Amino acid sequence: MITWSNFVSQLFNGLALGALLALISAGLTIIYGTLGVLNLAHGAMFMLGGYAGYVAFQATGSYAIAVIAGALFLVVVGGLVELVVVRHFYNRPPEDQLLVTFGIGIVIVELVRLAFGSLSLTVPAPSWAAGVTSLGFMIYPTYRIVVLAIAAAALAVLYVVLYRTRLGMMVRAGIEDSGMVDMLGINIYRVFMLVFGIGAMAAGFAGIVNAPVVSLTPDMGDGILVQTFVVVVIGGVGSFPGAILGGLIAGEILSLTSMVDPSYSEVMLFVVMTLVLLLRPEGLLGLRGRA
Amino acid sequence: MLARRPLLVEGLTALGLVAVPFVLPYFGFSPGTINQILVWGLFGIGFDIVFGYTGLLSFGQSAFYGTGGFIAAYLLTNNLMSNVLLALLVGMVGAAVAGVLVGVIALRRTGIYFAMITVAIAETFFFIENSPLSAWTGGENGLPGVPTPSFTFGSFTYHVTNGWSMYGFLAVCYFIGLAIALRIVRSPVGAIFSAIRDNPLRAQAVGHAVGLYKLTAFVIAAAYAGLAGGLLGVLQGFMPPDAFTFDTSGQLVMQTAIGGIGTLFGPLVGAVVWLYLRDFLQEVVGLGAAWKLVLGVVFVLLVCFLRRGLIGGLQDIIARLVTRSRRAASEAAPAPAAPSLASVGPSRRRQDTSFSGPVLEARGLTKSFGGLIANRNINFAVEPGELRGIIGPNGAGKSTFFKMLTCEMPPSSGRIIFQGRDITGMDVAAVCQLGLTKSYQVNQLFSRLTLRQNVVIAALAERRGIFSLDLLRRMDRVPGLETQVESTLALVGLAARADLPVAELAYGEKRRLEIALALASSPSLLLLDEPLAGMSPQERVETVQLLKNIRRGRTLVVVDHDMDAIFELAERITVLHEGTLLAEGTPAEIQRNGLVQEAYLGGVAAA
Repeated sequence: MITWSNFVSQLFNGLALGALLALISAGLTIIYGTLGVLNLAHGAMFMLGGYAGYVAFQATGSYAIAVIAGALFLVVVGGLVELVVVRHFYNRPPEDQLLVTFGIGIVIVELVRLAFGSLSLTVPAPSWAAGVTSLGFMIYPTYRIVVLAIAAAALAVLYVVLYRTRLGMMVRAGIEDSGMVDMLGINIYRVFMLVFGIGAMAAGFAGIVNAPVVSLTPDMGDGILVQTFVVVVIGGVGSFPGAILGGLIAGEILSLTSMVDPSYSEVMLFVVMTLVLLLRPEGLLGLRGRA
Repeated sequence: MLARRPLLVEGLTALGLVAVPFVLPYFGFSPGTINQILVWGLFGIGFDIVFGYTGLLSFGQSAFYGTGGFIAAYLLTNNLMSNVLLALLVGMVGAAVAGVLVGVIALRRTGIYFAMITVAIAETFFFIENSPLSAWTGGENGLPGVPTPSFTFGSFTYHVTNGWSMYGFLAVCYFIGLAIALRIVRSPVGAIFSAIRDNPLRAQAVGHAVGLYKLTAFVIAAAYAGLAGGLLGVLQGFMPPDAFTFDTSGQLVMQTAIGGIGTLFGPLVGAVVWLYLRDFLQEVVGLGAAWKLVLGVVFVLLVCFLRRGLIGGLQDIIARLVTRSRRAASEAAPAPAAPSLASVGPSRRRQDTSFSGPVLEARGLTKSFGGLIANRNINFAVEPGELRGIIGPNGAGKSTFFKMLTCEMPPSSGRIIFQGRDITGMDVAAVCQLGLTKSYQVNQLFSRLTLRQNVVIAALAERRGIFSLDLLRRMDRVPGLETQVESTLALVGLAARADLPVAELAYGEKRRLEIALALASSPSLLLLDEPLAGMSPQERVETVQLLKNIRRGRTLVVVDHDMDAIFELAERITVLHEGTLLAEGTPAEIQRNGLVQEAYLGGVAAA
């Protein structure tokens, strides 16, 4: 039976999930838009973020440190992956890029499995965000509100970085024409490395923030990667606003459908993706002809 | 080499399959592992056709593996069918049908989009199997109790149980699957698959329905996956739901890349490596769960350094040795004779002789990009047999005009009439089939094929039409293909270089091949977009001569910046300026035209 309060709380769940998906997808889309590489290791980055947060939390007991340390760790990992492997694939066919990032994803997953085992681990919600909060019209888990707030804040920061800073300008110019940016005397490779790092961080950050809601397993990135694909296909690949819109749509579809029948929620997501592909193949906010 | 001994590969494969039970056990392979390898190998044959040959990287093959597998297993375990082979076939057909449905959606996009969409769709299949259909598929439990087949030959019955009797059955299945795949990749359709991988745009432009051929490759892959899925159930006596997972698709992709893409045997070799490493590293070395990490690292290294996998690496080494000896031989060979001119008749079956009037007519053609108007209200007509030159300063709208004439780009308004028929809004391939095609300003070749194969692709479109499913036809059984290809090569003077890969040609030769691709489809009207661009003086002279040769019996429209050549070749010249038609007339008239002089020289000459 669907009640009004149930509906509203699912709407909120969808919003929180959507904001997280938007953040992860924004990371994927920034990397793709700038470097032209679809990072199939993105799900692994999400997972790695969760584990990095777990380690930092075990060591310090501080939620804030866990989030910051985990995010910084992912910037470094992302930058290294770009520097050591991905950089050598810019001039190779997209299929090779897919294969190599897919392989990197497996290596990361298996490394984590080796270090932490396959059993699921949990990170507790910070004490100040434990329990529930009354929003007046309903009672809602406090940490989920925190997730929503943090993800929204992170998206805002990402937006400011992309649209209001010099680096962001270089990145957006790089999306348009990286050769031209290079000729203007900007070290495009350093920008690329940073972009890959930031993109990985977005996924990893979402992984840490999400860790108290779910339990950590090395394989947790697979499902997220697929959902992220759906988000960017719906929103338009390479479009930052598209990632946000797509994320929110996907979050709401998943959580509202699961209210009716959880087993159909993923199916419904793909149905919507198919509809978008049929009616507007470039995605809702994607640019025609850019693909 | 292989074409001359067409059954060599099949024979060696059969020998290999017979030898396996006597050889592989010594290396520690159990019959069970070998049987799994065969199922993966068969699964991969289809994947290699869609990825290695056609260039479509699908991460969603598990959808069809699972579909075929579950259909077959459901029919058998519910006693709806007692014949195992029949159930396998039904499963295969079911997977192929699923392939059509998925392909129609996924093939709307290419490259990474295609890959992402296949992943997402395969996940949908998994969820559907797992929940809504769990009453039929057993959900997370899968379907146990899949029977094995037995075959009766007279008084002798072959019972397939497990171990080597299962191997015999699977080896026959694998062999048949491989033999069919070899026929497919050697057929005209197989050649077109490779052309699509190298340059889908040009494959379309020479007259092939690229979308339908892609769908064909995709469905073939789905059918192979469906059969392999059914065999997995038979092999294990149980149809596992994880056949549907992303891991299955991922493992297939990795095995194929490890073994070597575009070889058909790659997936088999990859499966050998994968399963051997799994068993070896886990049990002998004692790495336990870390074996997959080793495999992941090996995979990344292979993709980085040995792009074409183990078989591809081996082929490269052999090819390098062969080319070296062949080059030595060809250097010793005498210089090629001058091109024969008595060749490549213009056109052919589709030529409409009853028609009279202009071959091509553009009426009020306009193209605007946002606020920019590239072409404004151009009226243009070409008479049969004419050689028309089009000139104009940079930015005059010549390339846009050409793109609209061949229907690569729809006009904003206006009509295009070819041989009395309105072709506005038609597809490029269909227009080429009517006898109108162009050569490109920037070479659009099939870069990984040889020169001859390039021309074959274009000639096939003319010989077979826009789409034909002659999957099992041998290339040499296509009527008239050989003559068509040879005479085209002779006409452009490249016959002696025909077996070189495109990458080894000089620029001027590539330019002539570019023209040959357009010629090979026997157009009645050929548009040439800057055929002389970037040529050395010597190459230029040769190409002008070539244009004089090919104009016999054809109508030609040539855009170029080379005024001397245009004024030498053309009977009439059209001048475009700032998107409009400035002047039209004989070379002499154009030379005297004040407007033209002004457009080119900014009024200096007029003053």
